[in-house]
Amino acid sequence: MKRMLMLALAALMLMGTEVSAAGNGIVIDGSTTVGPIAKSFAAYFTKRYGVPVTVSESGSGNGAKSLINGACDIAAMSRDMKTQEIAAARKKGIQPVAHVAALDGIAIVVHPSNPVRGLTKAQIAGIYQGRYTNWREVGGPNSRIVVIQRESNSGTQESFKTLVTGKAVPIMPRAESQASNGAVKSRVSTTPSAIGFIGMGFLDSSVRAVPVDGVKPSVASIRSGTYKLSRKLYFYTSGQPTGSIKQFLALPSTADGRRIISELGFISQ
Amino acid sequence: MSGDVNRDSNRSGAFVVSEGRRKMQKAARTAGESILLLIASFVAIVVLFIFYFVAVDAVPYFQQRGFAEFFTSSNWYPAGDPGEFGALAIIYGTGMVTLGSALLAVPMGIAAAVCLSDILPFSVRQYAKPVIEMLAAIPSVAFGFFALVILAPLLQTSGGPMLMWVWWILAGPFLLLAVIVGSDLLTAGIEEPVRRKRYATMLQVLFTLLAFLVLYVVGSQLNGMQILTGTNALNVSIILSFMALPTIVSVAEDSLQSVGRELREGSYALGATRAETLVKTVLPAASSGILAAVILGIMRSLGETMVVWMASGNSSHIPDPWYNYLEAVRTLTATIAGDMGEADQVTGSARYHVLFAMGLLLLVISFISNLISERIVVRQRKILSGQ
Repeated sequence: MKRMLMLALAALMLMGTEVSAAGNGIVIDGSTTVGPIAKSFAAYFTKRYGVPVTVSESGSGNGAKSLINGACDIAAMSRDMKTQEIAAARKKGIQPVAHVAALDGIAIVVHPSNPVRGLTKAQIAGIYQGRYTNWREVGGPNSRIVVIQRESNSGTQESFKTLVTGKAVPIMPRAESQASNGAVKSRVSTTPSAIGFIGMGFLDSSVRAVPVDGVKPSVASIRSGTYKLSRKLYFYTSGQPTGSIKQFLALPSTADGRRIISELGFISQ
Repeated sequence: MSGDVNRDSNRSGAFVVSEGRRKMQKAARTAGESILLLIASFVAIVVLFIFYFVAVDAVPYFQQRGFAEFFTSSNWYPAGDPGEFGALAIIYGTGMVTLGSALLAVPMGIAAAVCLSDILPFSVRQYAKPVIEMLAAIPSVAFGFFALVILAPLLQTSGGPMLMWVWWILAGPFLLLAVIVGSDLLTAGIEEPVRRKRYATMLQVLFTLLAFLVLYVVGSQLNGMQILTGTNALNVSIILSFMALPTIVSVAEDSLQSVGRELREGSYALGATRAETLVKTVLPAASSGILAAVILGIMRSLGETMVVWMASGNSSHIPDPWYNYLEAVRTLTATIAGDMGEADQVTGSARYHVLFAMGLLLLVISFISNLISERIVVRQRKILSGQ
């Protein structure tokens, strides 16, 4: 009997420590685009302050949902929170507050072998809405265009729609959907006639970023606002942050934070 | 009666002990049986509960939007404002990849099962079967990764030649068989043996030339084909057929094994060859088990999510032309997986409930096909037992 009591006590204590650990730590959920920033910040923060930070990447929409349901402390989002989401949060007594994490450009990418020189925003919109179906029509080779978009839970997709195609004409059903920036890049890098869009931070030599309206996506062109397909990346909190969360959210403006952001291919504000 | 026993046992000590034991045994048996019953009914109840809860969340969709749009439109814009929820193309895509994988997996699976149970020596089978069953242990995300990163680019770069080789390997033997059988059939009416043989040889030469022409022309057509996108229905069908294979092979092989020696030896005793025994005795006797294997395998590919989400291209349109397996498609399972993130009760209700409608549809399809297979199995058993 005594032993069983001891065992129960030990189990309770174990549970207790676990709970308190989760209480002290910071839980981040949301965008796969902001994911690399959140993860690098988390590693840095844990090392520096000893506070555990867990990061899940389930998409901006899921991040907002988690914040509303109280499942995370910080929602990483690659788009503004929608009015319905804010309304839903208010209904639960949560006041979402946005903190800019970094700036990001959406790069329009094609296969490295694709000779197309540049595209206008109207041409990109036309490709995604199905008005142009052959590369020949936009100054490329004679080949059907394989159009690749993101799933509907993606913040990048949401931003792309806002920045490029607009709400009036939807993206054509024929467009393929991929689940992440990495999957889009892998599809474009292996498909000669593909076009896709990814966050700037994911650009590498396996794909080629096409100039949009004559402007190449770069740190300078995004900071100055001449590259049109750029957006802010956010950390959302419920109410004004305090304690370690506040400390965490100050990272983007510190020197180390800026270094981490630029190392990941994003642009600090 | 039990009163008598009690009285008897009260008289002698030895009986008292065994009486107590008997009671204990009875109690243990009752307890064991009721635990088993509880577990069995728990499983049944879980199935019913899943059905119930999925249906409860699916009904609001049909209340809001009716049935027509879901089943007849292929405009799938769940994130639109207002959203459109035409699932026809998605249902079609599900059917397409399920059919495609069944067409590949069923003949392969049954052939492999026959080979394992009746053709390979026992020592080889011992090793071959576990290896095939190991396919089932590979996580579906690994299959999906393979499909996306290796098979899709491969189809794009050398899909045409691959299709040509498959055509040659599959169609070659069939055409050869057709040449021999066809020329024999056509000359069967000729009475005189020497002339018949001469004509048969001439026809064979002619037909062989024709067959080669067909093989070559279709082959070079396929060879010249450029597959635009590797994440398509064909890719997914191939991968899904590999995932369904272990189920089909394993279950079909078990049922072929359970046919037993007597039937096989009886058939041999009647003078049947090995092939005749296989085709006319063993396969019919095992047919209900094989059918169960096939249904299980098809269910596997119908319900698979990760692979189709990663490698089907997820584009919700009906391919053009309708049988074009080289275009991207979207399936019900992948749609549920892909859209669940954004859709929730709080922000958009039709968008949330339509996913449950899809889940319900999948449940109903598998439920119906299970029922049908059950009926066929029962009927088959009746026929075989001679009733």
